[in-house]
This record gives sequence, structure tokens and C-alpha cells, in this order.
Amino acid sequence: MAVDVNKPKPITLDTFTRGIWKENPVFVMLLGMCPVLAVTNSTMNALAMGLATMFVLVCSSTLVSLMRHLIPKQVRIATYIVIIATFVTIVDYLIQAISLELYKALGAFIQLIVVNCIILGRAEAYASKHRVTKAVVNAVGMGVGFAIGLLALGTVRELLGSGTLLGFSVFGSSFQPWAIMVLPPGGFFVLGSWLLLFSWLEERKTRKSEEAEIEGEVAHGA
Amino acid sequence: MGHDSLPMIFLNAAVVNNFVLALFLGICPFLGVSAKINTAWNMGLATMFVMLVSSICAYFINELLVQFGLEFLRLICYIAIIASAVQLVEMIVKKFSPTLFRALGIFLPLITTNCAILGLALFQTFKEYNFIQSIAYSLGAGAGFTLALILMAGLREQLQLADVPNIVSKGAVLSLMLAGILSLVFMGFAGLGSAA
Repeated sequence: MAVDVNKPKPITLDTFTRGIWKENPVFVMLLGMCPVLAVTNSTMNALAMGLATMFVLVCSSTLVSLMRHLIPKQVRIATYIVIIATFVTIVDYLIQAISLELYKALGAFIQLIVVNCIILGRAEAYASKHRVTKAVVNAVGMGVGFAIGLLALGTVRELLGSGTLLGFSVFGSSFQPWAIMVLPPGGFFVLGSWLLLFSWLEERKTRKSEEAEIEGEVAHGA
Repeated sequence: MGHDSLPMIFLNAAVVNNFVLALFLGICPFLGVSAKINTAWNMGLATMFVMLVSSICAYFINELLVQFGLEFLRLICYIAIIASAVQLVEMIVKKFSPTLFRALGIFLPLITTNCAILGLALFQTFKEYNFIQSIAYSLGAGAGFTLALILMAGLREQLQLADVPNIVSKGAVLSLMLAGILSLVFMGFAGLGSAA
């Protein structure tokens, strides 16, 4: 299939949804694991972290994409890092201004967004090669995918570990919290369980399609 | 013995608040290069070395920034220092010990994006450690990182021969579960020191 190089490819739904499902940064690509495990001990923290990361991701992708013809190839990584660090500093001060409590809960992990490989990866692999609109759509998709991953962990850990959801009690007073889940080991266990679930679903899908194939062949042969 | 004494800082960073298993810093290399004890050992040493160098640099840069009232530039400066420290370490090692360079080889550039290094620089600033304390902290953090990496590699080498169901052994599931159990074990050290 010949592709006209001069004509930019249109933005498809896939540009957006790829980051959410097929290339989900948390569950498929396993990128940016440190904040995923560290700040997901409650839904609120997970949500805040997801939004902060999304903001940095979208802003830096936009700027990188706008400047893609200006940045010399040799110093591109350094330039990306400076751009990302600037936006992270903005987010850092912003969260501090909005809620000091949240700022203390997230701690150094807001500043550590700088070294989140998703953001640098998007800048290098996508934003530096595509038009602004496309880069933004892709960055939003990735950001949403990352936030969904964080929430998937955050809700489960908060539900099991403190029996609450966004601070509201769910199971009533008789619930004995499973404290390990909000402590560090819980992060590893919950992420492992999610991956196990996805791996099991995939295994089932491939087995089903194989069975269907064999059945088809049998029917064809008869 | 106070919490600010040097052995306490070292112990705190190495086991009580282990960078990998309690603070979740440097998970990528922890899952990525922990398949063999040998590579884990090399990666641990390389990280420890870079941690020491960047911790010293970060200390002086922070002093300078505070002097001029430019704290908001801290993050950008730290990142720049770490990247150049890694580059510097790479050049020095290449010049003086080609054997070591071959052993560390691909790991050195990887360390730049290791959040444990930036985390260390940030934490030592938040905790307002002085110069000697910073060095103790960085050595402890490096030792803790190496320890976690080697333990993990040992477990994974043993599990190579075990009969594990396919869906568990595929991808990172098994490593994550192992890390969880290791992390549980390290929680046993909690009584030794103070919280982060």
C-alpha cells in the first residue's frame, strides 16, 4: 500500500484510543512504574497524580511538537528534559497552591514526574515527528490511559486497605481493613493481580480463536 | 543514638526505607535487569557510584541556589547535574578501566532515567542533610538498591527451573509478586528506624 508522504495522515480515532487500550502505558508497556506503585494508596492521590502527569504530558508534547523544526538533533533529549522539567515545576507549585495536604501526600513524586519515561518517550517517539494537533490527541490518549491505570490500582488498594472510596466508608464499620494493601507490598500485589487478569483474558481469547480455527478446519474437511 | 547519626542514616536508607521496596524508586531497572545475579551486581555498583557522585554535586548546587534565592530552578539543575554526572562517570570509567566499562556498558546511560537518583537528590534536600550526612545517605541508598536487586535476581534465577503456570510466568506478573513478598519481608525492618 503506497502512502503519500507529503500528505499528512488524518487523525483517526486510533490516535487517541491507542494510548488507552492497545498501548496502555501502565498495563501493556509497563512504563512509569514508580509513581504507579508509590502514590496509588488512595483513589484521591491516584487521581491527582494522573491529572498532574496528563498536564505535563500534554503541555510538553505540544511544545516539543511546535519546536520540532527548531531543536537541533544532537541536543534534543536535553531540550526535551528542560521542557518537561519546566512544566513539572509549574505543576509542583500549582498543587502546593491548591492543596497542601495533597502536596504532602504525593511528596517528591510530583517532582519525579520529570523522570517518568512515558513523557520523554512520547516526546521522542511521537511529538517530535508529528503535527501539533496529532501530538496533542495522542498525548491526551496516553494521559487518560495512564490515569486509568493509576485509578485501577488506587481504587482497589483503597477499597481493600481502608474500606473506603474517595474517603467515604463503603463496607460499614464491621469491615476489618486489609492494611497490607495500602502499604508498599500491596502496590506490587495489586499491579501483579491486574496483569495476571489481563494475561488470563488474553490466554482465553487466543485459546478460543484456536479452537474456532480447528473446528472450522474440521467442518471444512467434512 | 539519634536518627541523624551517620550509621542510622545509612541503615535507614538501606533497609528501613529501602529505595526500591519501600519508596518505589527505580522500579524499571529493578524489574528490567534482575534476571541474573551477575548483571544485577554490576547494575547495583554502577548505580551506587552514580548516586554518590550526583549526591555530592546536588549538595553543592543546592547550596549555591539557596545562596542566590533560586530554589525554583532546583529540579532543572538536578536533572542536568545527574545527566552530566552519568556522562562524566562513563568517560572516567572508560579511560581508567576498560574492563569495568565493558561490564557496566549499557547500564550507565540507563541510570540517567533512574528515578532513584533524582529521588535521592530531592530527599536529601528535603531532609536538609549536611555534606557528610548526604554521603552516608547516598551510600545507604545505593547499598539498599544493590541489595534489593541481588535478592530479586537470586529469587528469579531459582525460579527458572520451577514449574510455573504459563499465564503467571509471562510478562512481569511473577516478578511483581516476588517483589511484593520481598517488600513484605523488608517491612520487618520498620522497627529499626524512623519513617520516611
